[in-house]
Amino acid sequence: MKRQGIAESLRDAIAEEMERDSTVFCIGEDIAVPGGWGGAFTVTLGLEDRFPDRMINTPIAELGFFGLAIGAALMGMRPIVDVQYGDFLFLASDQIINNAAKMRYMSGGNCKVPLVVRVPVGATGRGSQHAQNMERYFIGVPGLKAVAVSNAYDAKGILKSAVRDDNPVMIFEHKLLYGSKGARAESGAVDATSDIPEEEFTVPLDKAVIRREGSDVTILSWLLMAHFSMFAAETLAGDSIHAEVIDVRSLSPIDYEIIGPSVQKTGHVVIVEEGPKTGGVSAEIAAGLLERFGEYLQAPILRVASPDVPVPFSPILENAYRPDSRRIAEAVRGLLQ
Amino acid sequence: MSAQSPGSREPQLANYDRDFLLKLYAQILLIRRFEEQVKFLFLEGTMPGTIHQCHGQEATAVGVCTALNKDDFITSTFRGHGHALAKGLTPREMLDELFGAATGCCKGKGGSMHMGNMEKGMIPGIAIVAGGIPLAAGMALAFKMRKTSQVVACFFGDGAVAEGAFHEGLNMAAIWNLPVLFACENNLYGASTRIDKVMKNIKISDRAAGYGFRGETVDGNDLLAVYEAARRAVGECRAGQGPVLLELLTYRRTGHSRRDACHYQSRDERDAWFSKDPIERFVQILLNRSDLAQIDLDRVEAQVDHEVSDAVQQARRAPQPVTNDLLRDVYA
Repeated sequence: MKRQGIAESLRDAIAEEMERDSTVFCIGEDIAVPGGWGGAFTVTLGLEDRFPDRMINTPIAELGFFGLAIGAALMGMRPIVDVQYGDFLFLASDQIINNAAKMRYMSGGNCKVPLVVRVPVGATGRGSQHAQNMERYFIGVPGLKAVAVSNAYDAKGILKSAVRDDNPVMIFEHKLLYGSKGARAESGAVDATSDIPEEEFTVPLDKAVIRREGSDVTILSWLLMAHFSMFAAETLAGDSIHAEVIDVRSLSPIDYEIIGPSVQKTGHVVIVEEGPKTGGVSAEIAAGLLERFGEYLQAPILRVASPDVPVPFSPILENAYRPDSRRIAEAVRGLLQ
Repeated sequence: MSAQSPGSREPQLANYDRDFLLKLYAQILLIRRFEEQVKFLFLEGTMPGTIHQCHGQEATAVGVCTALNKDDFITSTFRGHGHALAKGLTPREMLDELFGAATGCCKGKGGSMHMGNMEKGMIPGIAIVAGGIPLAAGMALAFKMRKTSQVVACFFGDGAVAEGAFHEGLNMAAIWNLPVLFACENNLYGASTRIDKVMKNIKISDRAAGYGFRGETVDGNDLLAVYEAARRAVGECRAGQGPVLLELLTYRRTGHSRRDACHYQSRDERDAWFSKDPIERFVQILLNRSDLAQIDLDRVEAQVDHEVSDAVQQARRAPQPVTNDLLRDVYA
């Protein structure tokens, strides 16, 4: 057992999978430069020494290297693609949405695309274009799987499951949760370390997880908001409000088997999302819950999300943009009144 | 007509085996007959969807694919019927697919623009212009990482050259010396827009030099010239000296897609290119040989016609998917 952050546990998971399977390789910008960074957030640091032929350091060409990764996957390789900042996925989205997601279907099951995409997201003092929560743009694309990792244990186990899955899997990671050290450390970072067992383990791609049990309200969130929801639940407990906190984790598909019984139990739902409220993941979850468990709801489903504006730079504005534990707790109190 | 004059070299005909030439003839004729049948079925109203056909461009598909091995791969575009036939897909599996049948090469889920068959070395057609170019580079990257001798032939049109994916794919293929034959079928038109309206330097093979590899312009309506150029390029790719860009000058005799009357092509231009029809030219070459006569060609033609009409009869009766199939094959 060792205590690790997300960046280190992702690095270990990648190395172990590359060791296990010679078809696994990494591709992306600045991921394999000796003396460099190991990607934008140190995740692949040093792997070029261990796997010199399988760390493909690309030009700045997201559309192109996503296409290369998909082509290699079609030929039986298992690429792990690093996109530096999730915002750059817009450049690559033709390859992801038109090719990776549809290739199996439009071939009538004749081919497969075992692809892992690692996507750092979140507002972190970088203004509008290195900050967006990109998961909303991909959860509605049939053929893709989408997961969000909020601690080091999940990061390691989910990356391993993703590499072994025969479909394109997008793993969303939050920049404030990496626990990157040194020059790549983030101000405002939240502790997402876990105790990592020595023995091999995986975490399924399609399962939500209950982080805290409670009977009054179900709080649904993921990534950084999963941590803020836990802080809020702690505060609420002081007022004798017992919140059940679920880390949604699997954003596509949504795991209603875990979420549903909680909603039946509490009858109250707050969904917390970093990112503009309109058209977000929380809208999909709310609609899905209404269809399935509407009769159990004792009050309307409430969303706590960012306002419908681009991500601002000024720390004061950015903090106002990003939901925090105080706003979550207030929303819960308002809902239960 | 294009101002370019391809660096054509007279193929040494005597070196070709008679049976090899007849096989080429069967393939190039199969594509023409297949496309004629498809057009008829479409106009007749029995075939659903849209079609992008390759009448007049048959030599590029056959010339390039003949230079490949069975385990080599191709990527294709929305205009992929010729490429598929040349890579070994059967008229049967393709016509079934065009009829949306469950027995089609993509179980009726791909259609005209996405035909492919992995066992025969063709990934599904990519109908986003230039979208297959980075894929081809990635397929070649896989071959290189696994140290196989396979190559990828990547078909695209002159319209793809304006896309970012063209630049990114060629650049990465270049820096890692990937075994890709980039086969640009320059038919002078991206949909209805003529190449000289959207390109300052219309000699597409020049682009290769910008990335540091070899490019060559070839008479794309000369089947043997295409084959020779492709064979050289494939050899270089297998020797680790790829990629290579071949610009194949050709002309689309039919509309961009269904019911396009081609009013943007001038009569003079059409006449000039129709007089350079790849099949008629190849027939002349064959008939100039002392060991080949019209009767040999007639025999091939009868076989091809039989194969196509047989496939059409089968496809008309092919089983359609059931609605439950809608939800299958989304995930592996």
